[in-house]
Amino acid sequence: MSQSPLLEVEDLSVSFPGRGGITRAVRNATFSLGRERLGIVGESGSGKSTAGRALLGLVPPPGIVTAKRMSFAGLDLISLRDVDWQALRGRRISMVMQDPKYSLNPVIKIGDQVQEAYRLHHRSTSEEARRRALAMLDAVKIRDPDLVYHFYPHQLSGGMGQRAMIAMMLIAEPDLLIADEPTSALDVTVQNQVLRILDDLVTDRGMGLIFISHNLTIVSSFCDRVLVMYGGRIVEECQANALQAAKHPYTRALLKAAPSLDHPLTELAVVKRNPEWLL
Amino acid sequence: MIEVNDLSVTFRHAGHIIPAVRGVSFAVAEGETFGVVGESGSGKSTILKAIAGLVKADAPSLKINGQSLGLTRSKADRYLMQFVFQDPYGSLHPRQTVDDILREPLLIHGVADAAEKVTVALGDVGLLPLHRFRYPHQLSGGQRQRVAIARALILRPRILLLDEPTSALDVSVQAEILNLISRLRRSYQLTSILVSHDLGVVAHLCSRIAIMQSGRLVEVLDVDSLRRGRAKQAYSLELLSASRGFSRSPS
Repeated sequence: MSQSPLLEVEDLSVSFPGRGGITRAVRNATFSLGRERLGIVGESGSGKSTAGRALLGLVPPPGIVTAKRMSFAGLDLISLRDVDWQALRGRRISMVMQDPKYSLNPVIKIGDQVQEAYRLHHRSTSEEARRRALAMLDAVKIRDPDLVYHFYPHQLSGGMGQRAMIAMMLIAEPDLLIADEPTSALDVTVQNQVLRILDDLVTDRGMGLIFISHNLTIVSSFCDRVLVMYGGRIVEECQANALQAAKHPYTRALLKAAPSLDHPLTELAVVKRNPEWLL
Repeated sequence: MIEVNDLSVTFRHAGHIIPAVRGVSFAVAEGETFGVVGESGSGKSTILKAIAGLVKADAPSLKINGQSLGLTRSKADRYLMQFVFQDPYGSLHPRQTVDDILREPLLIHGVADAAEKVTVALGDVGLLPLHRFRYPHQLSGGQRQRVAIARALILRPRILLLDEPTSALDVSVQAEILNLISRLRRSYQLTSILVSHDLGVVAHLCSRIAIMQSGRLVEVLDVDSLRRGRAKQAYSLELLSASRGFSRSPS
């Protein structure tokens, strides 16, 4: 598919004015996304989550978002009014958050939360919505959808909760899914199961995926392309499988700082930060 | 140095009986760093807490230097072994300065020359004199974990128990803390047990590694076998392959 990209972002900046001056969380980020898996990696405070939120119009006040261009499937996101955002969010662009414990409503049954996401965007009977919710729970490999439909979030494990979240985000069949550290709260073996589900759904439905993570191992093995962020800037862009050959000194330092199973070291490399990286 | 023999820990909560650790045995030689890995709920942290006496084992099952210890720890036992916790935000008192935090263990154990010892401890973990009268909220996560390590080492314990000491930290900060731990255990000849869910971290610091699953010890591997993926048990192999990242071909 070589049509025009799904998402084009040029010179995106997000700043937060505060008592100590302006904090520039994202600085002049430029990137585009097709129907592919794009990873955004960086350490805490690098602006990766804020960039993801800006794409959904979810930067909280007093944050200021500016961009030369921010278009999604031909739609100009910069001039969008609140009502237009409502129609877009959840329906065409969705977001999966890090921790199912805090993102699911604790007093509503799982199935009802999933079908609510469908009925918000599609006119349908309650029977139709219920059937779709069950099918979606099945699609995220929840073993007994009829049973889990009536569970409350506290009755689910972390991995199951995260699957329910993914079901809720995908039931409206968005074109773009932003996943912000979707597997960081999960154990490694469960993490890979959830990634496999995401992977299949993205491939089958031809969605674009932005995968935000601090974990270089996961991003390089899961995504097609990777953006590396540091101090609000995109310092490197490369193919995911070529991440090991990254050129920017920050990316290189980050790769060397992580203890690896394959390359024993007596002393880990420490990241020496260079103020020029922010210029 | 440390012998754990048939350790079981059972929690009772609102009529439920939860066997957190079931019949775990291992020994740690003097100067060795022993690793314990496993997923959440596997009982790895509970082992550490039972050794430190922070939770009660079902029966006495610990020997230190050949001497059997009971279910609770005496003041002398606590002088011998110290603990570093996972969360550098939760493990430091928010209303105490770094100086207060580091003096506390000295005060409890009646150690003299506190001021001087605090100065040395700060230097040991790479903190500057300017950090001494700061409060925890004025420090970064990495700096706080340095304070927690300084607090554990200020009594010069023989045994250091590390519960996920770097899992709340960024990779670059983790590298600094791991380097610090490996330098300090050499200079103070520490015997330590490191609990972590990160196989890379455990392989970096430990010579032998126990793999835990649902409260049981699955197997103990030396670091070389762990790196080469030479495990005997199916669960260990699954854990090893999962931590190498995502793979599109179904395993």
